[in-house]
Amino acid sequence: MAVTHDAAHAEHELTFIQKYIFSQDHKIIGIQYLLTSLLMAVIGGTLAMLIRMQLGWPGTKWGLASMLFPGGFQGGQMKPDFYLTVVTMHGTIMIFFVLTTVLSGGFGNFLIPLQIGARDMAFPWLNMVSYWLLVPSIVVLLASFFVAGGAAGGGWTAYPPLSAIPGAAPGSGLGQTLWLISLAILIVALLFGSLNYITTIFQMRARGLSLMRLPLTIWGLFVTAILMLLSFPVLFAAAIMLLFDRLAGTSFFVPTGVVVGGQLLSHTGGNPLLWQHLFWFLGHPEVYVLILPAMGMVSDIIAANGRKPIFGYQFMVGSICAIGILSFLVWGHHMYTSGMHPLVGTAFMATTLAIAIPSAVKTFNWLASLWRARIYFTSAMLFAIGFVSLFVTGGLTGIFLAQPPVDIHFQDTFFVVAHFHFVMASASLFGVFGGLYFWFPKMFGRMMNERLGRIHFWLTFVGIYATFFPMHFLGFGGMMRRVYSIQLYQHLRDLQPLNVFVSLAAFGLGLAQLIFMYNFLYSLFRGPKAERNPWRATTLEWQAPSPPPHGNWGHHLPEVHRWAYDYSVPGAAEDYTPQTVPAAPVPAHGSAPHGGSG
Amino acid sequence: MLPGTRMLERPGAGGPAGPGRTGGPFFGRPGDSGAVPLPEISPGRIGVWLIVGAVVVLFAAFTSTYVSRRVEPDWQTGPLPAILWVNTIVLLASSAALEWARRGSARGADVVARTALGLTTLLGAAFLAGQVTAWRQLVGAGVYLASNPHAGFFYLLTGTHAVHLAGGVGALAYAWWKVRILAANADAMVGALAIYWHFVDVLWLYVFAILFWF
Repeated sequence: MAVTHDAAHAEHELTFIQKYIFSQDHKIIGIQYLLTSLLMAVIGGTLAMLIRMQLGWPGTKWGLASMLFPGGFQGGQMKPDFYLTVVTMHGTIMIFFVLTTVLSGGFGNFLIPLQIGARDMAFPWLNMVSYWLLVPSIVVLLASFFVAGGAAGGGWTAYPPLSAIPGAAPGSGLGQTLWLISLAILIVALLFGSLNYITTIFQMRARGLSLMRLPLTIWGLFVTAILMLLSFPVLFAAAIMLLFDRLAGTSFFVPTGVVVGGQLLSHTGGNPLLWQHLFWFLGHPEVYVLILPAMGMVSDIIAANGRKPIFGYQFMVGSICAIGILSFLVWGHHMYTSGMHPLVGTAFMATTLAIAIPSAVKTFNWLASLWRARIYFTSAMLFAIGFVSLFVTGGLTGIFLAQPPVDIHFQDTFFVVAHFHFVMASASLFGVFGGLYFWFPKMFGRMMNERLGRIHFWLTFVGIYATFFPMHFLGFGGMMRRVYSIQLYQHLRDLQPLNVFVSLAAFGLGLAQLIFMYNFLYSLFRGPKAERNPWRATTLEWQAPSPPPHGNWGHHLPEVHRWAYDYSVPGAAEDYTPQTVPAAPVPAHGSAPHGGSG
Repeated sequence: MLPGTRMLERPGAGGPAGPGRTGGPFFGRPGDSGAVPLPEISPGRIGVWLIVGAVVVLFAAFTSTYVSRRVEPDWQTGPLPAILWVNTIVLLASSAALEWARRGSARGADVVARTALGLTTLLGAAFLAGQVTAWRQLVGAGVYLASNPHAGFFYLLTGTHAVHLAGGVGALAYAWWKVRILAANADAMVGALAIYWHFVDVLWLYVFAILFWF
């Protein structure tokens, strides 16, 4: 990585370990989070391939896979316990250790100080601790694959009593304990992170950078950090109580009269539904933790590649905040079938459907921003547009599932799997890819290959739809999520050909990611050197060198004179005006009327 | 832009700076290059308030579980170790001592500040020792974590509170060391610390109250 003269001067006392391992520099910590998350994505993706192997061809003998995972296969066939473990860990890894960590930890750390014109985070030491708590939490999580009984097998939601009673199933043993410990450590790491993001955005903005001049990426990350701060402690509390139930014999979540292996347990009076309430009080804000930063980044990518201001900036900010607030009021829609009072279900339906309003505002604004824009179809832009498509597809099925009468039919079927893989998983992933193609030059000082990027996009876009869209039909047909083999059920056997198709599409989707990995690694070392502002974008990070040196800005901090979206301003010399350009050189004459209602 | 191109919005409408140019700290000020975004609050203070927010949510989650558990027919409130009253007084005294330190530090009376800081640290440690004694008394009386639901919540809530308080004692000791050994001005730190310490103090009163009287 190229280090400028200034930076070399500032960094001469730092050793390699201080600079790249136990670094307190937000950029290095961001890149550490990013690379760790990408590594976890490889693991989570491999687990997805195992799921599709089993669902596509249940009962088949897999020679190679059984050699790689000797404990999970018997006579070449995948064992049911192992299948449940794989499903659980795929969900856990992808949600908590890939998407949460790459968006907030990776992009959040890297972009927040750069986009607000700060030299670093408010608490750099805490930031370093945050990353170095992520590492042990991952070690504990992955270690659980190698303990007796294997990793946790009770689903990523870890519902008790299955998760509370060590002897309930092979996946309820030590693996589940390690799962809870790993999550508890991760929560502390994420809380340290969000503490930092909120304080930094509040207190360390450059002169002139009022809140309503912030790029939408920052708004997304800001509201996300607040959501994390207010929702993760609830899961932490629940995890402690569940650990007590498992290890100390308390009965927070275990009801009276549970019989395991013919023996009545001594637990009395606990309530397993309480876990569901606590879990989803985190769980629903969590899905917005995954989508809000992606929404913000997509907005900035669309503006920069469409050469137009984002449409309805204030409404974009307002809808991010509205989604953030509503996300705390909808957790019950995960529990319609739990025996909830119909009136409560109706209330949760109303709050859930209300989220469609800010979501639609955002979608409309993205489309309006694209309308008649001079679009540069860069890889980043393709993924940003793909994000909008996936978000709409997944969001529409959300309206189905928000309604108790429909949800009671679809609960725990592949229709739900299709829904959240579109709206949360794939859309969020597209935000990550778009962000990587867009900010890679700033992160590493080199350009990624655009041709490979476009091939990657098309294969991924088609692959996602081919994989997840047919899952709606599997759900209509009654196929349950987490089912080991549909061959066990007479009424599901006809769905096998569709499952084969889905599996083939998933393998194609998985292979397409190898193109990205190659492009990423090759460009890291061999890509053409990036200039300061390759996309001719307005926001502050593009005013710093690529990659920015330690301290980001040299001697003088940037000063902000305008909002983040001055693209194609009539009368301006260029079709973009960076935020640092004073107001005077851009006379606002010409066709644009002053003080209009827009 | 080509003449005649129609757009849904007008770039540069209302001046070149876009929205966010007028109207107080939130929206910035006219031509606001010199505007300070918000009144200067030390990052430490904001950080402490955010920690307080997270801990409130944590205990709210415990409370909701507690409230729904205690209405079950098998609920019975357990014995109250008498030492908890002593601990409560010790903790309240520590808050008073820290307030003394904060005011001393604010008016530059370093001797007062460091004496009072040392006293607060000792009282905090004494509270922790008292809590450990209470747990030992209960264990001696045969009340364990899994003995009954109330005992489970007692250990859970007092234990979680003690962990948060221990963090505060660590920070107090660090502040005291800074003032005593480094002779550094710990004004900002003591100010931020006071927020946290008074919070865990009130949190104890809350935990104590809901465990035995609600």
